Amino acid sequence: MKITEEDFAKAVDSRSIKPSYELLKRAHVGIAGLGGLGSNIAAALARSGIGHLTLVDFDTVELSNINRQLYSLKHIGMKKTEALSEILQEINPFCEISLFDTFVDEKNCVELFDSCSVVCEAFDNAECKANLVNTLLLECRDKYIVAASGMAGKGRANEIVTKRLGKRFYICGDGATDVDDGEGLSAARVMVCAGHQASKVIEIILNLEE
Amino acid sequence: MVRINGEDVSADGVTIAQHLEREGSNPARVAVMINGEILPKAQYDTKMNDGDEVEIVGFVGGG
Repeated sequence: MKITEEDFAKAVDSRSIKPSYELLKRAHVGIAGLGGLGSNIAAALARSGIGHLTLVDFDTVELSNINRQLYSLKHIGMKKTEALSEILQEINPFCEISLFDTFVDEKNCVELFDSCSVVCEAFDNAECKANLVNTLLLECRDKYIVAASGMAGKGRANEIVTKRLGKRFYICGDGATDVDDGEGLSAARVMVCAGHQASKVIEIILNLEE
Repeated sequence: MVRINGEDVSADGVTIAQHLEREGSNPARVAVMINGEILPKAQYDTKMNDGDEVEIVGFVGGG
């Protein structure tokens, strides 16, 4: 059966009192890092009908990623950008996807995410997280940043929250559990945090905030 | 008094760099917001003033 974009839009809006597909379709969201957070954020946004995603990561899918990242065994060895694009096309072929197979740093991040109105920080390294957030908040005065800190370990899903720290800056997580402390990362807890980030992105785009 | 991460702290005249050092926070792993605006890392010698609202986000690994 051939699904048209009109069918897809109607289906997205059918569960909602206030139709939102047109607004979401016009949105361009960036995701920096396509691991446990980024891959799950991307899936939620593609399902929601976001029109354009810019996805950036330099990494390749490994077996050790499968416990929490969206990828399947068949993706092992593929670039994360290519693997994620393949998955998202199967979910929502009407979502435009821009892929950048590169390491994001303070020198290239402004250009990479230039046309995005919202950027999700979804790295695993603490210093890379801090660098991206500092650079984008300083240099892109009109962009929203939705970052994450603290989602290691298992259980305690209610400890993961979203905090607003400035007009354009939100952070999701428990703020404490560090993967370097040895608890590891698990699918459910990482997905709770990714869900917080994706949910905040949708709120920002639909201007649903109080 | 300065409001740091939601708590009133006697830190008038203390610089952000001094405060981070006291707290044992690594400046390379934080973002600092003063009164809702990001503070550039090159300005961590800025002194906090009475009434300032300061948010210090410490990033931990994992994602």
